[in-house]
Amino acid sequence: MNITLGHYLTLGAILFALSVIGIFLNRKNLIVLLMAIELMLLAVNMNFVAFSHYLGDLNGQIFVFFILTVAAAESAIGLAILVQLFRNKSTINVDELNTLKG
Amino acid sequence: MLFASFRVITARNPVHAALYLVLAFFQASGIWMLLQAEFLSIALVLVYVGAVMVLFLFVVMMLDINVDSVRQGFWKHFPLAATVGAVIALELAGVLLGGFRVTEPHKQVVAQLVSPVAVTAVTSVDAASAAVAAAPLAAVGHVVVAQVSNTKALGVLLYTEYLYPVQVAALILLVALIAAIALTLRARKDSKFQNPADQVRVKARDRLTLVKMDAVKPTPAAPAAEETKA
Repeated sequence: MNITLGHYLTLGAILFALSVIGIFLNRKNLIVLLMAIELMLLAVNMNFVAFSHYLGDLNGQIFVFFILTVAAAESAIGLAILVQLFRNKSTINVDELNTLKG
Repeated sequence: MLFASFRVITARNPVHAALYLVLAFFQASGIWMLLQAEFLSIALVLVYVGAVMVLFLFVVMMLDINVDSVRQGFWKHFPLAATVGAVIALELAGVLLGGFRVTEPHKQVVAQLVSPVAVTAVTSVDAASAAVAAAPLAAVGHVVVAQVSNTKALGVLLYTEYLYPVQVAALILLVALIAAIALTLRARKDSKFQNPADQVRVKARDRLTLVKMDAVKPTPAAPAAEETKA
């Protein structure tokens, strides 16, 4: 059985759906939320690489490169904010972060 | 890989979730290697497993999280999560079932690569057909490089066509670096530091004071003499 582009796209789609479920499931844990976002970006990258391979266009891989860059920056800043949050409130529970509600 | 990513979102301990995410990244890297994206798969391992996930583990272990309180409401959200996940999966399946049955990796590209050379070799006299044959070769210019080596082709494309976005990406990384440091840096009270403003503003008399005094020391007065007597 040949592996078609559809198989890779299905894998990416299942990954994406899993990470969406994870975001809804772990509403309280900020760290797992960040991890689910990373998983989502991985699914998107998987689609990009699969298309790039099957259509013979390298621009997709360049795009994955930039997505990786932005994802790394995003997770670094997110974790820094998380550390700062934990220092100030000693919790990362999303439900307790209601200071801005007034 | 699906099992690993499933465990990422269901693991009770965040450390386990992070480790399963590392596993998922490794498997994705393997799949990308199969897709002939060697540079990106190595970069995925280096950047994600090497840097981002170590950062995650570091933060997870540094923040002492009460697992049980975090787990509250896990099953409360489950029906909503399952519904949304099923909806998204169905939508994606609906899109995917429509097509995408490309079996042969860039077959037409290879055909385009081979045919112009053959055509120009055979009918090199015929200038018109050579020009026609050379057109697709120019059209797929960077794909020609892709046959050489993935890393080299990526580099060529990155530093010619995408030079400006590369610089923007570098700027993003710089901003992330500065932001992460600025967010988490706490100044210690007892740390030694210089204040450049004070250093610039300093005057000569702040450093050196001239005191007028006699060249000869006055002779000790009476109290000293009394002391020796006593």
